Amino acid sequence: MTLPEDYLEYPRRRHGMDHDLYPWSSMFARPKIAWPGGAKVALWITVSLEYFPLTPNDGPFRAPGHMVTPYPDYRTYTTRDYGNRVGIFRIFRVLDRLGLKASAPMNTAVAERYPTLAQEVTGRGWEVVAHGIDMNHIHYGGMEEAAERAQIEDAISRLRLRSATGATVRGWLSPARSQSANTPQLLADCGLDYVCDWVNDDLPYAITAPAGELVSMPFAGDLEDRKLLIELGHPEDTYADELLDAFKLFHAEAERFGGRILHLPLTPYVIGQPFRIQALESALGRILEHDGVWSATGAEIIDAWRAQAG
Amino acid sequence: MKSDPELYDYWPYKDRPKITWPGGKKVAFWVAPNIEFYELDPPVNPQRKSWPRPHPDVAGYSYRDFGNRVGHWRMMETMDEFGIRGSISLSVALCQHHPEIIAECAARDWEFFSHGIYNTRYAYGMDEAQERAILEDSIRTVQEATGQRIRGYLAPALTHTERTLELIAEYDFWYTCDLFQDDQPQPLKTKSGRLISMPYSLEINDHYAYNVFGQSARQYTDVLKRQFDTLLEEGAESGTVMCIPIHAYLVGRSHRAEPFREALRYITSHTDEVWVTTAAEIARHYLDHHYDEALADIAARRVTS
Repeated sequence: MTLPEDYLEYPRRRHGMDHDLYPWSSMFARPKIAWPGGAKVALWITVSLEYFPLTPNDGPFRAPGHMVTPYPDYRTYTTRDYGNRVGIFRIFRVLDRLGLKASAPMNTAVAERYPTLAQEVTGRGWEVVAHGIDMNHIHYGGMEEAAERAQIEDAISRLRLRSATGATVRGWLSPARSQSANTPQLLADCGLDYVCDWVNDDLPYAITAPAGELVSMPFAGDLEDRKLLIELGHPEDTYADELLDAFKLFHAEAERFGGRILHLPLTPYVIGQPFRIQALESALGRILEHDGVWSATGAEIIDAWRAQAG
Repeated sequence: MKSDPELYDYWPYKDRPKITWPGGKKVAFWVAPNIEFYELDPPVNPQRKSWPRPHPDVAGYSYRDFGNRVGHWRMMETMDEFGIRGSISLSVALCQHHPEIIAECAARDWEFFSHGIYNTRYAYGMDEAQERAILEDSIRTVQEATGQRIRGYLAPALTHTERTLELIAEYDFWYTCDLFQDDQPQPLKTKSGRLISMPYSLEINDHYAYNVFGQSARQYTDVLKRQFDTLLEEGAESGTVMCIPIHAYLVGRSHRAEPFREALRYITSHTDEVWVTTAAEIARHYLDHHYDEALADIAARRVTS
């Protein structure tokens, strides 16, 4: 089986990226960012509220966390449901106690099925981030543009209706962080300000193409509780140490290079287990012993960043 | 297809001719940052998928793009601190995409070797002319960007054909990092040139450590220290090689940068015993001082494969 000649052609071998979505830059070569109040590290906590239907949709792939066994997979369904019923309330308790806020990427199905949960989120002054319709509605390459546009508009408009946050939904996290080539443009068309799917930076940057004002927020996939505790099997104390190590690096870098962001992606069905919640409280407590921590939502970070760099 | 790769003879790790490193050092230590470019929408190779998800696989692509935007700069500063020059396993198209990174590495006198054009273009199914084109492109591209003639090879995404190593020997490469049969360099059975296998490692490769074996950053540091301690002890008898193959998109993440720094500090603190060097310098020394002796010893044992 030989390869065609054009396998050795490289039409996008050029300076910068091999696409037009955002320009290339080293984070360390950019102008310094100053956070409000002279803070060194913006602490951006996200708590994902997701709905996994018992009937998984396999096109084009199953989202991480989705059903595993043949139908009906009660074990996985109820384990995920645990997060929205119990785990999230443990997270509320810890963050309330420490005076921290968060951004909550929320499937529209969660806002519709559990309106009181959405009220718990907005009542705390947390930010609601659009997170697609549910974990069956993946956005993916090859998806028909009109269908994706309808899916995004549907997810956002129904979320705005139900989450009691009105027009203030400004951010987007794709289910399974999966996009099509059109997703950024469609999100910009819907008037959203930022998207959290790209894990290629520790600071926001502008998504410049095809058009619009969309900003990429730096999602810290390698610090996600699900990745560290479930996929990689790290013990809880190790997880807490890893969060602290990340914070310390950012705190030190801020002195030299300007404001940094520590993103903590949390999953209620993971970190909300009784034996795990202490690790979160311990890590956050140790972080808050340092000076210059600014607890902020994604929207607040974007506003501060845009005023300087946008 | 062959049941034995026929690249080297069986040569047990016992009673081999002694390797002596410059200055009487026991361990030749080199660090191999893989500086890679993965394409968002590469052409299809029928034998290997580039991305698990439909293109654009934003999750996989952006995970790796982090290395060039952020991780590289953290990793480079740490290596500077301990006087370590990287031996870069380079997707050579990075010379076009990110010449800023290439310039910084060249200014530090780091070594460059080829890791293919892109890490999303695989050798499986290439004919000889195509493989030659990859090698000639690699040599030319790095030469034009840095003035360096590359001497080492790690196949893109570790994809090979039966002729890959023969070809790199013909193009006067000195070493390959593609083989994992040993902790010491050794001659390979190529028809032309004098090619050696250079100890690299998958077992202590950061990708395997973090994402396959599930090690935390601190566990990985512990692993690297243990690896070094053993090779140091054995190096008293005959010189050993320790390579740490890394990716800036992994070691350069916020929670890993400091523990990784501690590993480099520990290893380089053994100043009287460790030769902190590059792969090409190890290869040159080996070719000049040990290659012939090794060939003779292997032949004398008459255990051919």
